[in-house]
Amino acid sequence: MNARVFLLLLWPITASAQGFAGLGTDVDGFSSPQRPAQFDFPIDHGPHYDYRIEWWYLTANLEGLDGTPYGLQWTLFRSALTSNVGKGWSSPQLWMGHAAVTTPDAHFVTERLARGGIGQAGVQADPFEAWIDDWQLVGPDFATLTMTASGPDFAYDMVLNSDGPLVFHGDEGYSVKSAEGQASYYYSQPFYAIEGTLILPMGSIDVAGDAWLDREWSSQPLSDNQTGWDWFSLSLEDGKLMGFRLRQTDGSYYTSATWIDPNGTTTSYSNSAFEADPVAVSDVGGRDVPTTWNVRLPDRGVDVEVTAINPQAWMDTSVPYWEGPIIVQGSHTGRGYLEMTGYD
Amino acid sequence: MTNAGLLALLSHWRHNPMQLFTLVVALSLATALWSGVQAVNTEARASYDAAAETLGEGMFAQIIASTGTIPQEDFIALRRAGWLVSPVVEGRLDGIRLIGIDALTSPGGLAPVGLSDGKLTIEMITRGILFATQETLERLGEVDVRKFPSSDVAPAVILTDVGTAQILLGLDGQISRLIVAPQQPIIQPPLEVIAPNFELIPPQSGSDMGRLTDSFHLNLTAFGLLSFIVGIFIVHGAIGLAFEQRRPAIRTLRALGFPLVHLIALIVFELVGISVLAGMIGVGLGYFMAAALLPDVAATISGLYGQSISGTLHFRPEWWVSGLLIAVGGTALAAAASLWRLACMPLLASARPHAWAMQARRSRLIQTVFAMFLLVAASLLGWLGSGLVAGFAMLAALLIGAALALPVILDGLLAAGERHAKSIMEEWFWADTRQQLPGLSLALMALLIAMATNVGVSTMVSSFRLTFTGFLDQRLASEFYVYADDAQQAASLRAYLELRVDKVLPIQSANQDIRGLPSDIYGPVAHATYRDNWLFLDAVPDAWALIEAGQAAAINEQLARRAGIVIGDEITIAGQPFKVVGIYGDYGNPIGQVIITEAKFAALFPDISPLRFGVRIDPSRVTALSLDLGADFGLTEVNMINQAGIKAFSLAVFDRTFTVTGALNILTLAVAGFAILMSLLTLANMRIPQLAPVWAQGITRARLGRLEIVRAVLLALLTTALALPLGLSLAWTLLAVVNVEAFGWRLPMFLFPLDYARLAAFAVAAAAIAALWPATKLARTRPVDLLKVFANER
Repeated sequence: MNARVFLLLLWPITASAQGFAGLGTDVDGFSSPQRPAQFDFPIDHGPHYDYRIEWWYLTANLEGLDGTPYGLQWTLFRSALTSNVGKGWSSPQLWMGHAAVTTPDAHFVTERLARGGIGQAGVQADPFEAWIDDWQLVGPDFATLTMTASGPDFAYDMVLNSDGPLVFHGDEGYSVKSAEGQASYYYSQPFYAIEGTLILPMGSIDVAGDAWLDREWSSQPLSDNQTGWDWFSLSLEDGKLMGFRLRQTDGSYYTSATWIDPNGTTTSYSNSAFEADPVAVSDVGGRDVPTTWNVRLPDRGVDVEVTAINPQAWMDTSVPYWEGPIIVQGSHTGRGYLEMTGYD
Repeated sequence: MTNAGLLALLSHWRHNPMQLFTLVVALSLATALWSGVQAVNTEARASYDAAAETLGEGMFAQIIASTGTIPQEDFIALRRAGWLVSPVVEGRLDGIRLIGIDALTSPGGLAPVGLSDGKLTIEMITRGILFATQETLERLGEVDVRKFPSSDVAPAVILTDVGTAQILLGLDGQISRLIVAPQQPIIQPPLEVIAPNFELIPPQSGSDMGRLTDSFHLNLTAFGLLSFIVGIFIVHGAIGLAFEQRRPAIRTLRALGFPLVHLIALIVFELVGISVLAGMIGVGLGYFMAAALLPDVAATISGLYGQSISGTLHFRPEWWVSGLLIAVGGTALAAAASLWRLACMPLLASARPHAWAMQARRSRLIQTVFAMFLLVAASLLGWLGSGLVAGFAMLAALLIGAALALPVILDGLLAAGERHAKSIMEEWFWADTRQQLPGLSLALMALLIAMATNVGVSTMVSSFRLTFTGFLDQRLASEFYVYADDAQQAASLRAYLELRVDKVLPIQSANQDIRGLPSDIYGPVAHATYRDNWLFLDAVPDAWALIEAGQAAAINEQLARRAGIVIGDEITIAGQPFKVVGIYGDYGNPIGQVIITEAKFAALFPDISPLRFGVRIDPSRVTALSLDLGADFGLTEVNMINQAGIKAFSLAVFDRTFTVTGALNILTLAVAGFAILMSLLTLANMRIPQLAPVWAQGITRARLGRLEIVRAVLLALLTTALALPLGLSLAWTLLAVVNVEAFGWRLPMFLFPLDYARLAAFAVAAAAIAALWPATKLARTRPVDLLKVFANER
């Protein structure tokens, strides 16, 4: 794959020399998220070509019949070079897919790149279908999906069913990302039950667990002074927690979180209510990456230590980052997913 | 202490600036020759790599459709089935090859275009940009797409986005071929399930272009390496002399308590400094040499193989690195023995310089044994060895063995001369020459290698020229060649030509595996053209008659060698047996080739109709015919080949090759001449005590000076005489061992006595010129200096 070309295409989470500050570029011609956020489903499950960046981001915590924990990722990114749809090869819409499977001692990653406008990749809202090459996330509606992906050394085939409502982050889905007011539209479906088969070099493994799908789009979600983020999704006994910490060049942080009750009722927390601090770092291919964290949301009595199941879950893709399953211990127990960007 | 030690060591060079000069110049020249040749090679290779990456040819498996182009929907269907393939759309725009690729999926990426600008990428995708070299863009007419000059694109190729290529070539929704990424998903349906009429072509182990041009490059590399060996001999001499002369200084330093390890470290530091300096000068010189030669080399290769390389030189960092490494490494090699001797020297050993030259005599026996060993090894390698490495090892063993044997042989010859001397003066001359031999032997070895290299390379290049022009005569026997774009045009062309020319010879071929080797089967029309021009390396009598009878075939040398086929063997083509009755030379072709009669060809391959035609016609009518074809069929020069034009061009190209070879010849001989000059100058001072008694007995200084020149010329003549057989062995090794191992065909060897005589004259002239200054110096030695010899203690 030609990573270099893609890097040049101003991909939002592209690590520039200054870390993940590359997002803070102009938004010429693109729309910006506005308050109050208004959604129209199923249309909003589909692409928003007038925004520069967008993703369909699914992570899952799985367990084999023998109790071995696994993590799974299926992501489709859209990046627009200019703010029009375009036709055929001249379409400015570009697509990037990332898929991964994490086991306690191995991490399988692969990446696909595609041009928009020719049918190689895309998303349609109703009936829902998101695809790039042979990978797909498809179903009659957003609650019932099948999902496939394949790489040189792994593949998976999964079925997902959700029994809970969509969850909106920030102010009803308008998620602020910096003190300067950068924002994105952001909602999730955190209530999927998932089962299926992982095909790994050591053989096929039947797995089941729960999955979390994030939908987010914007034109400039990061501020100039932000260098990366640490994002947590935790499934606990009495609810779910999404929290992120944006690291700023001056050493301070901008945080945001959403507490999700089992019935889907949400409570949003603005800057500083959610706290996350590295406890231990791992050497991941010569990089220092924090893989054990102390995560707190005092308002809910949450004070937990989260630990990576496999500290080496590095996504060695054209835009590299860390993404993998975690286990939660402390005031609450459970499992979840951690994404960290800007450590390369 | 370190400073004082270093100053003491460096003061040697201040007292002997000529020695430092010799060292730096020899090392610089050696590095220059090496890096210049490497630069030419690297530059040419970089051009091919750009071409190969642009075209994705050979490196990756490809998918093609038997129907011609691939519908774009099928490309998408393959991707969506898990086949990681990347589209290529190609065609000609104003006669220039235009290639459209998809940068996101292409396995090679957009490597040839140094895209460092995100805006350029956006524009390339959304509006389209044509990337090509400046020269190519200038040839291109008006187009409604931005042109962007890039020296990284292969010459005569335009690179653009697949969408832009579809529009410019009128291939909307069509893909020419698909490149298959080397890594595919773990699960994937078979190709025939998704696209039954597509064909998967496996990657080729080496690209066709590469193999052809590698022959030329390999020979150039050999030349560079040999030249470097010449230089290293000289460096070895200069360093050895400097070490010997510094023995008193070193002994004094050690006696003063300077630790040996410390001293060696200082000397190593000093040598590294000198070699880095000389290496940098050498790389710079090499760059200018390559820049001067490159237009010729570019034209040579383009003419020889129809492959264009850009005529400009880019300064690449790998030259610096390799040039400096070779300079430092060469110095280390040359200094190793001297350093070892220094390390072993007892603290209180005599500080008197052991006329370093004399010391060589002590190791004469070891040297002789070693030379014998190398020469035996070379013959064994030639006899039993196989593979390219063995070929090169044989070259090295032969050259170094011969060089080491040289002083022994020369000494024998001089001793014979001494025995036959008729006067005292003559006897003294022979004895004195023998006496000087050790001091001159390194320079003479350098001359031997330089001369042998030149003989070898000249023989090779000239043999190549003769063979190749003969081959062109054979292959381009018709006066004129025409290429049709499709079967329909071919049919009307043939009918048109039949009425206007002496004979139309259709050229048709089919791909078949012969004994598991990919080969082209040709079915030419029986005609005197072939009988007259096709020369066999080996054949039964009346081979053509047997082939025309339909039961026999002729094959090329490559196929014969690789499959081990000899005359009389049987091969199977499309299920039918044929007896091999002839083997012919087929230079530059990487794959096998078989010729059968036209009738048999038509019976075995009924679906193939010829698109190419050879035309026999009065040469004076060729221009008129090509103009007619242009007017009546719209054929461009791409579709027509004027045989006479090609031959003239090829010969012109060979003449340029000779310019390159000639320039290299003169350079290596100059290096050797320089070595002789430096050795004589060094010896001149040492020789005063030996010459003083002769002068005292009445031989004038002028006569002594003349004898010096005679001696240098005599030694050069003897060395040259010995270099000739060595050079011919070298040429034989290059043509019959290295070339066969590398490319599967043997170049016939021809001899060029006039060339050798000219080279010998150059070598002798170089020696005479080198001796001129020392001889003049000797003739002008003040009598008082000669008298001092008797007054002084020694």
